Amino acid sequence: MSVSLARSNASAGMKDFASEVGAQGPVRVIGGRTQWNRGRTTASAGDLSENSVREITAPTGVLSVEPAELIVRVSAGTLWGDLDRALESAGMLCPLDAPTERSTVGGVLSVGESGFRRLRYGHIRDLLLEAHYVNSAGLIVKAGAPVVKNVTGFDLCRLLVGSIGTLGLIGEVVLRCRPRPQQQVWFESATANPFDVRDRLYQPSFIGWTGDKTCVCIEGSPVEISAERTSLRTTSADWAECGPYAIPGGRRISVRPSDLRRAPEEFVGQTWLAEIGVGVIHLGGTDSVVARPALSASVQQLNEDLKRAYDPSGRFNPGVQP
Amino acid sequence: MPEDALLIHDLRDVLGSARVLVGRAEKVLYGKDASALDPTPPSVVCLLETAEETQACVRIASTHGRPITPRGSGTGLAGGTVPLGRAVVLSTTKMNRILEINTEDRIAWVEPGVLNLDLSKATDPHGLHYAPDPSSQQICSIGGNVGTNAGGPHCLLHGVTSAHILAVEVVLPNGELAMLGSLDADSPGLDLRGVFVGSEGTMGIATRVAVRLVANPPAIRTLLADFTTIREASNTVTSIIGAGMLPAALEMMDANCIRAVENWAKAGLPLDAGAVLLVEIEGTEAGADAEAEAISAICRADGARSVRTAASSEERALLWKARKSAFGAIANLKPNYYLHDAVVPRTRLTEIMEKVLEIAERNELMVLNVFHAGDGNLHPLLVFDKREPGVMDRVHRAGGEIIEACVAAGGVLSGEHGIGLEKRDYMHLVFSEVDLAEQRTLRNVFDPHGRWNPEKVLPTGSRCGELQHVPEGAWI
Repeated sequence: MSVSLARSNASAGMKDFASEVGAQGPVRVIGGRTQWNRGRTTASAGDLSENSVREITAPTGVLSVEPAELIVRVSAGTLWGDLDRALESAGMLCPLDAPTERSTVGGVLSVGESGFRRLRYGHIRDLLLEAHYVNSAGLIVKAGAPVVKNVTGFDLCRLLVGSIGTLGLIGEVVLRCRPRPQQQVWFESATANPFDVRDRLYQPSFIGWTGDKTCVCIEGSPVEISAERTSLRTTSADWAECGPYAIPGGRRISVRPSDLRRAPEEFVGQTWLAEIGVGVIHLGGTDSVVARPALSASVQQLNEDLKRAYDPSGRFNPGVQP
Repeated sequence: MPEDALLIHDLRDVLGSARVLVGRAEKVLYGKDASALDPTPPSVVCLLETAEETQACVRIASTHGRPITPRGSGTGLAGGTVPLGRAVVLSTTKMNRILEINTEDRIAWVEPGVLNLDLSKATDPHGLHYAPDPSSQQICSIGGNVGTNAGGPHCLLHGVTSAHILAVEVVLPNGELAMLGSLDADSPGLDLRGVFVGSEGTMGIATRVAVRLVANPPAIRTLLADFTTIREASNTVTSIIGAGMLPAALEMMDANCIRAVENWAKAGLPLDAGAVLLVEIEGTEAGADAEAEAISAICRADGARSVRTAASSEERALLWKARKSAFGAIANLKPNYYLHDAVVPRTRLTEIMEKVLEIAERNELMVLNVFHAGDGNLHPLLVFDKREPGVMDRVHRAGGEIIEACVAAGGVLSGEHGIGLEKRDYMHLVFSEVDLAEQRTLRNVFDPHGRWNPEKVLPTGSRCGELQHVPEGAWI
């Protein structure tokens, strides 16, 4: 085996975090508890052994904001609101778009559910460029690098996003950012066909549909917004400027974008908001434990094998299944 | 060899004789990729047509204890598809059907052998395209792109292959067929799709791929900015990104490259320039105009002698032809080249470019630079004639120095070509033993017997007992 020449560049915060995680005993990282039931099974939610799980928090702090690189280095326990404000002052945007300002960066990545700007900016899993995490042996691991394009080795960053803290505990990350759009404008219409809107606009950030109304978020320079607005008018005459639509924080249902056409029949009598072009439906109500769709046998096996390989004693976030 | 005879017999039972290649010339052809590694002929090459056949061949190879090397078009530049250890090569070139284009979901299902550019040609009438566009897009396949997590100029804005793959049907190393990812917005379970993309044939073979299609922009502006020095051009890249602009593509060609390309492409590149930037902007008509104007102003402020705007789609195509044909054009200069693919933080571009030139000069080598400047993704091409005595030592030394300089600047070994064999033994520059062990764990879960593309990517190789040494001429 060759000897690694790579220097350990773990920060003091990471080292403290690794000490806290240690090498033994059940442990979970607590973020803002804003998506707490994700990955929980009905059985585990009321499990008495919950009390024996040590709960810790990840380090906090925006470590470096780099507009010329369009990246940010941030500790995982940092609140989304704090990160977004730091980026805003540097003219940057990281479209993590957490459910609330109190959500933590690490929590959002660990849950791995995209935010409202996915239509334009893609899935949040593609934002993670580098991660420093603590493995189940208590060692600090680096995955990825602080550059925007990288195929150096296997992609552990993608494995971490959505793993809900069951494989490794994220302490520090480097995220890809975008130039912050100069303006954001919301419009709504009671008559526009949301699927038509999707076809006519070039790059809306969000198209929402409640069954009664269609709303659109357009971002960019005044020139770009004006052009998109012109396209919008070709779909309906009653577009009016409105405030940002709130994304309901209850149950989230995932389908193909074209399946959203059936939403009015599927959710009769319920309050819902569909992300057109994406395939997510947000139902009103509270965050609750929802059974995970079954995986195929071979994919289930790989999921179990990965968990066993990375966390042989099952100490990370017991009772949770990505 | 009797053992090969049994293997070949079993494979021919599934594929027939015509699709199981054992001829000497064929094996040499399939024994190499587009890197400078010498060929290592496999035992046999299978030309697959279906997922079922793929499963059967995987099981046969496993029964015979043979390594497996999946292969797309063989355009890889890091030795990823150079087969080692009496391997069975599984070629997907005949799996080349576009199965479905769904304009509402903006996805396409394709077989892995579909060529990258063919896909975008097929979706263009629907106003859609497949965004990752490697320079080899006329001949590289989607399956190969998945294997290396390929890039391309327009990945600056749109992201690399991984961001455009929604689902992959794969034959796993155990012979089972599995769907990784899905067309639904969220996929339950771990992101195995994300893990598989870029795994360089070590975790199975793709038999069907669902890709995301991107709407063609209403307007495109293509600019060519002409600079006296590489330094000015490099500084301009930082200025553009720092000014809050992210063009669709931001490419650089240096003086040596311009001369090599212009000789035959006749794209009107300025032969006396130190470097040019090729900038492409996508947007609405008004938005693209405004951004083009702003970027032109930045270029001029940073020293551009002129900024030319492509006046027609033909002129745009010609400029891109010049850029994407650069690798072919160097054949006019010297018979051999060695290409790197390191990435550096974009703010370090200026100093790294100067370092690359200094390293080449000190080692008495000619270097051409043609690369994705906006991503910080370098492609220094060392060109040489390997018949020249002592040149190989200088090429090795210069290559190593370039990589070390890029890593020291906070960069990585590869942005889009992959690690394969060529860059494998540099992995320790970037990752600690703990980091590498974590990556090894991932590979072992998919392939516990270490039979899939052994010796690639990770420095310690695999546990496969019958491996030969890395081929002669390998630069690792």
